[in-house]
Amino acid sequence: MPALEPATDVLRQFSHGNVDAFESLFRQHQGDVYRWIVRIVRDPAVAEDVTVETFWRIHRAHARFDPSRSFEAWARRIATNAALDHLKSARPETELPDDLPQPALPDPGISQELREKTAQAFGRLPPKLRIAATLAVIEEQPYNEIAEALGISAGAVKLRVFRAVRLLRKDLKRQGIKP
Amino acid sequence: MTRDGQEHERMQRLLRQALPPTSNHPRAALQRDLWPAMRQRIEQGSFTVPWFDWALLAALVVWVALFPRAIPVLLYHL
Repeated sequence: MPALEPATDVLRQFSHGNVDAFESLFRQHQGDVYRWIVRIVRDPAVAEDVTVETFWRIHRAHARFDPSRSFEAWARRIATNAALDHLKSARPETELPDDLPQPALPDPGISQELREKTAQAFGRLPPKLRIAATLAVIEEQPYNEIAEALGISAGAVKLRVFRAVRLLRKDLKRQGIKP
Repeated sequence: MTRDGQEHERMQRLLRQALPPTSNHPRAALQRDLWPAMRQRIEQGSFTVPWFDWALLAALVVWVALFPRAIPVLLYHL
C-alpha cells in the first residue's frame, strides 16, 4: 500500500490523477462507502459491485474533486447516485436476497404475510422515494446526512419520505390490506 | 397527533418490521478487500472506447460511402 501523508497531500495528488493516492483513498474509505450502499440496496453482493462502480466514478471524476472539501461527503454523494442507478435498472419485483436481516423483536401484531406484502410494495416505489424512506425510516439516518448525500434539502427529504409512506399505504390498500 | 400523523407513524413501524435495518446484519460490514476488483475495472476501463466515438466513426463511414466525392474535402479539413 502506498504511503502518502499527510491526508491533504493524498487528496491533492488524487485530484491530479495519481493512482497511488487513489488506491490509498480506496483502501481508507471502501468500508464506509460499502456500509452506506448496503443500507440502500440491502444486498451485500450487489453492494460490493456498486462500491466498485462508485470508486470507478470517483476515479474518472478526480479532476473535478476540490481537495479543500470533504472526500467522504463527495464519495457518499457519488455512492448514493450509483446506488440510485442500480435501483432504477433493477426490476422492481426481483426476489429479495435470502440473507436479509430479520427484525430483532418481531411485533406479534404484524403477520409474516403482511411483512412480506409490505416489503414487496416497498420494492415497487419509485427509486428516489425508496432511497429517502430507506435511509430515513428503516436505517434512521439523520435527515441532514441524507439530504447531503442526495443533493437536496432536508425538507425535500421529509417530503419524499412522506410521499413514499403514502404511496406504500395506497398500494397495500389496493391489495385489500389495511395496514 | 392528527389521524394522518398517527397513520404515518403506524406505516413507519410496519416498514421497520418488514425491512429491518441492516446495521445488525453480519454482512453490513465489508468482508473482503475490493481493491483487486477495482484495479481490474481500471485496467479494463482504460482500454474502453466511448460509444460516442464508435457512433461518430460509423457516421463517417456511412457519409463516405454515400458521398465518395466528399473524401478530398474531408481530407482537406483534417
